Amino acid sequence: MNGQEYAFLVVAVVGSISAIAVVTARNVVHAALYLVVALLSVGLTFLLLGAEFIGWVQILIYVGAIVILFLFGLMLTKAPIGRDTLDNQNRILSAIVAVVIFAGLVSMTVAAFPVRGAVAPPPAPGDSLVLGQALFTDYVLPFEAVSFLLLAALIGAIVLSRKDEGN
Amino acid sequence: MVGLLGLLASEGGETAETIVRGAPNWFVTHAYLIPLLPFASAIVILFFGKPTPGKGTIYGILAVGAAFVMSLGALMSFANGGGTYEANIDWFTIGTLHLELGIYIDGLAAAMLVVVTAISLMVHIYSLGYMKGDVRYTWFYFVLSMFTGAMLVVVVSSNVIQLLIGWEIMGVCSYLLIGHWFEEKENSNAGIKAFITTRIGDVPMMFGFFMLIAATGTTTANIPLIAEAVANPTVSALYISVAAILVFGGTIGKSAQFPLHVWLPDAMAGPTPVSALIHAATMVAAGVYLVGRLFEVFVQADPWVLTTVSIVAAITMLGAAILAVAQDDIKRVLAYSTLSQLAYMVAGLSMGEAGMTAGFFHLFTHAFFKALLFLGAGSVIHAVHSNNMSDMGGLRHKMPITFWTMLVGSLSLAGIFPLAGFWSKDELLVVADETHTYWLLGFFLVTAALTAFYTTRMVLLTFFGEYKGHAHPHESPRSMTIPLILLAGATLSVGFLGSAWVGSVFADWVYFGAPPEEKFMIGFALIGTVMAVGGILVGYRMYRERKAVDPMETALGPVWKVLLNRYYIDAFYMRWIVYPIRDTWSAGVYWFNQHILDAIVNGAAALARGLSKLVSWFDRNVIDGFLNGAAGITGETGGLLKYLQSGNVQWYAVGLFTGVITLTVFFIRLS
Amino acid sequence: MIRLPLILIFSALLFSAGVYGVLARRNAVMVLMAIELMLNAANVNLVGFSAQLQDVIGLVFALFVIAVAAGEVGIGLAIVILLFRNRESINVDEVNLLKW
Repeated sequence: MNGQEYAFLVVAVVGSISAIAVVTARNVVHAALYLVVALLSVGLTFLLLGAEFIGWVQILIYVGAIVILFLFGLMLTKAPIGRDTLDNQNRILSAIVAVVIFAGLVSMTVAAFPVRGAVAPPPAPGDSLVLGQALFTDYVLPFEAVSFLLLAALIGAIVLSRKDEGN
Repeated sequence: MVGLLGLLASEGGETAETIVRGAPNWFVTHAYLIPLLPFASAIVILFFGKPTPGKGTIYGILAVGAAFVMSLGALMSFANGGGTYEANIDWFTIGTLHLELGIYIDGLAAAMLVVVTAISLMVHIYSLGYMKGDVRYTWFYFVLSMFTGAMLVVVVSSNVIQLLIGWEIMGVCSYLLIGHWFEEKENSNAGIKAFITTRIGDVPMMFGFFMLIAATGTTTANIPLIAEAVANPTVSALYISVAAILVFGGTIGKSAQFPLHVWLPDAMAGPTPVSALIHAATMVAAGVYLVGRLFEVFVQADPWVLTTVSIVAAITMLGAAILAVAQDDIKRVLAYSTLSQLAYMVAGLSMGEAGMTAGFFHLFTHAFFKALLFLGAGSVIHAVHSNNMSDMGGLRHKMPITFWTMLVGSLSLAGIFPLAGFWSKDELLVVADETHTYWLLGFFLVTAALTAFYTTRMVLLTFFGEYKGHAHPHESPRSMTIPLILLAGATLSVGFLGSAWVGSVFADWVYFGAPPEEKFMIGFALIGTVMAVGGILVGYRMYRERKAVDPMETALGPVWKVLLNRYYIDAFYMRWIVYPIRDTWSAGVYWFNQHILDAIVNGAAALARGLSKLVSWFDRNVIDGFLNGAAGITGETGGLLKYLQSGNVQWYAVGLFTGVITLTVFFIRLS
Repeated sequence: MIRLPLILIFSALLFSAGVYGVLARRNAVMVLMAIELMLNAANVNLVGFSAQLQDVIGLVFALFVIAVAAGEVGIGLAIVILLFRNRESINVDEVNLLKW
C-alpha cells in the first residue's frame, strides 16, 4: 500500500458515494452536482493511474461540457426543482439487479485477480506523446470514424431540436 | 302364379309322379298351361296394358280364349274315353310333410275348366262395351285375368294346399272386383263384407284341410292320396266327419249358403260383368267344386254330415227364392236366384254318390244361363242407367236382342223343356226319388215354382208394359250382344249333354265311383213342368198390368217388410257381431296397442334420447371442455404475458440486464 | 502502482450504480446521467487495464469512449427535449405507446 493507493482509495470512496448519490438523489440538480463529483473523481483516478491526457480530457469534456449540457437539459425540460420522487416502481427489482451485477463483477474480479498477491504495476504510459503517436498512426482510422460520429451527432442534435416550420 | 314360381324355384324340378289312366291327349297332359295363360296375360296387362291400343284388353281375351280352346280339348279327351291324369313336381318338404305342385285332371275338372273359361271369355268380350270409358279400365282386365287364373288353379289342383292358394287369390280378386268403383263408400263396404264373410268360412275350411293332411300321417296334401287315407277303415269316422264339416264351412262361405249368404246380394254393387263371372258361374261354384273334389271325405263321413249339408241347402234354397220375389233391383233378383240355385247344387251333392253327377250337371247348365241373365241385365242397366225395375218396362221393342236372349235364359232358369235348366233340374228330382229323400224333393218342387214365379215377374216388369224411366234406352253395342247370343245358344244346347233322354254324355265324364245309370222318368219331368208352368201363370196374372204398388206387397202385408229387410239376418249380424267387435273389441285392442305396445316403443325411444343426451353432455362438457380449456389457457397465458409489454423502457432494460447477468454467469461457470 | 482489483471494484461499483439509475429513475435526464456513470465505469476499467498491461490501446479506446459519450449525450438530450416538447413531460413511465 503506497501513497498512490491511499489517494486512490480516498478518491474512490468519494466517487462511489457520489455515484450512489447521483442515482438516489431526490433533487435533480443535486443529482447533477453529485454527478460532477463522481466524474471528477474518475478524472482523478485517471491522473493517479498516470494517464494525464485522458484525465484532463475527462475533466474538460465531462465536467466542463457534458454536465453543463445536463443542466441545460434539466432547465429546458422544466425539471422539478425541489423534492420529488424520481424513482419509478421498479426500484426494488432494479436494486436487486444492480446488487447482483456488482456482486457478480466483484466475485469475478476477485476470483481472477487476487487482491493480496497482486503486484502493483507501473504507471500507465499516459504520456501525450505516446498517446498522440498511437492515435494518429496506428488508430487513425477509428479516430476519423469517431470524428464522423461526432459530426453526425452534431447534425442530428440540430435536426432533432429544430422546431417544425410546417414544411 | 305362385305355382309357376314354385315350378321355377323348386330344387328338384323333375316330375315326382305321373299317374296315367287311359290315354289322355295333349291338352290334358299340358293342362297346367290353362291357369298359367291368364296369369301371364295379367302380368302383361299390368305392365303393357295402358300403351297398347285397346288398353290391353286384347291380351286378356287372347289368353282366356286360348285357355278355353285348351279346355275344350281336354274335355274332348274324356269324350273320347281318355282317363284321369295327374302330374306333380316336388315343392318342398317339412319334416314328414311333402308338398307338391301339380295338376289332377278328371272329367269333373275338365267340365269345370270348360265352364270357367267359356264364361270368362264371354265376360271379357262383354266388358269391352260395358266397361268402356271406365276410370280403371286396364286395371279391371288385369284383375279379371288374375281371377280367372286363380279359379283355374283351384280347378286343376292336385293337392289342397295349391287349391287353397288359388282359393285365396280368388277371394282377393273378388274383393277388388266388387269394390271396383270404390269411390262410392257402399261399394267398398260391399267388397269388405264379401271378403270377410267368405273368410269366416275359409278358416274352418283350412282346419278341415289340416285334419285331412293329418289323416294321411302328415305326409302329403295330395287329394287322391287323401282320398285313399280317408277310405282306410282305421281312421275314425268321427274324425273324418269333423273334417268334412269343417271343409264344408268353406263352401258355406264361398257359395253363399245360409248362414254366410249375406255377402252375395250386397256384392251386386260391383260391375255387372263381375257379377256374371264371379257370382253366377265361377267363384260361387268353387265351393260346390270343393265338395266334389273331396267327395270321398264326405262319403266316408258319418251320414249326419251329409244330412247337415242337405238342411243348410234346403234353408238357403227356399229362403232365397222367397226373398227374390221382393226385390226391385234386377241384379238382386238374380243374386237371390243364384243363392237358390247354388243350394240346388249343394242339395244334389248332399244326396250322395248318385247326386254328384246331377249336382254338377246343374252347376254346368246354371253357369251358362245365369251368366246370360246377368249379362242381359247388365245390358238393360247400361241402356236405362238404373238397376231398379221400377225404372224399366216395355223394353222389348227397344232392345230386341237383349229381350229374346234374356227370355231364353229366364225360361231355362224356370226349368222349361227343352232348355238346359229343365234337364238339370229334372236330374235332381230323379236322384231325390232314388235316394228316397222325399223331403228334399218337396223343397225342390216348391222352389221350382217360386223360381218360375219371380223369373216371370222379372221379365214382365222389365220388358213389358210402359217404359217408366227417364233415359233413352237403345240396344247395346255388338261387343255386349254377341256374348248374349252365344250364351243363349249354349243354354239351348248344353242341356242335351246331360239329358237322360238322349243318353247322358255328361254322366260319363262326371261321376263318383262309377258312372251312374241315367234314367229318364217321365213322371218327374211332368211334375217339374207343372210346377214351373204354374209359377209362370201366377206371375203372369199378377204382373201383366203394371200397378203402382207391387201386388206381392199387398198380398203379403207385414211379411213384405220382413222380406225387404232380408229376414233381419243382416241386421242381426251387424248388431251382435260386427258392432261389438268393431266398437268394443277393436277399441280395447287399440287401447292396448296405443298405451302398452306403443309405450314400449316410445320407452325405447326415450331411452335412446336420454342416452344421447348423456353423450351430448359428455361431448359438450368434457371433449369440448378440453378444447375450450386449451383455448382458455392460451388466452389466460396471453393475458398474463401481455403485462410484459408495459411500454416502459426501463422495465425492458431490467429484463435485458437480468438476461445479460444470467448469461454471463452461465458462460463463466461453463468456462 | 495501484493494484488492479481495486480499480476493478471501483468501476464495478460505478457500473452498478449506473445500472440502478438506468432502471429506476423516472426522469429521462436522470437516466442519461446514469448512462454516463456506466460509461465512465467502463473508462476506468479500460485505463486500469492499460496501466496494468502497459498497452496504449486502452487509453486510445477510452478517448474514443469519451468522444462517443459526448455525442451520445447531445443526441440523447435532443431527443428528451423533443419528447418534452411533444408531451410536456419527461417521465419515462408516461412514454408507453407500445403498451399492450
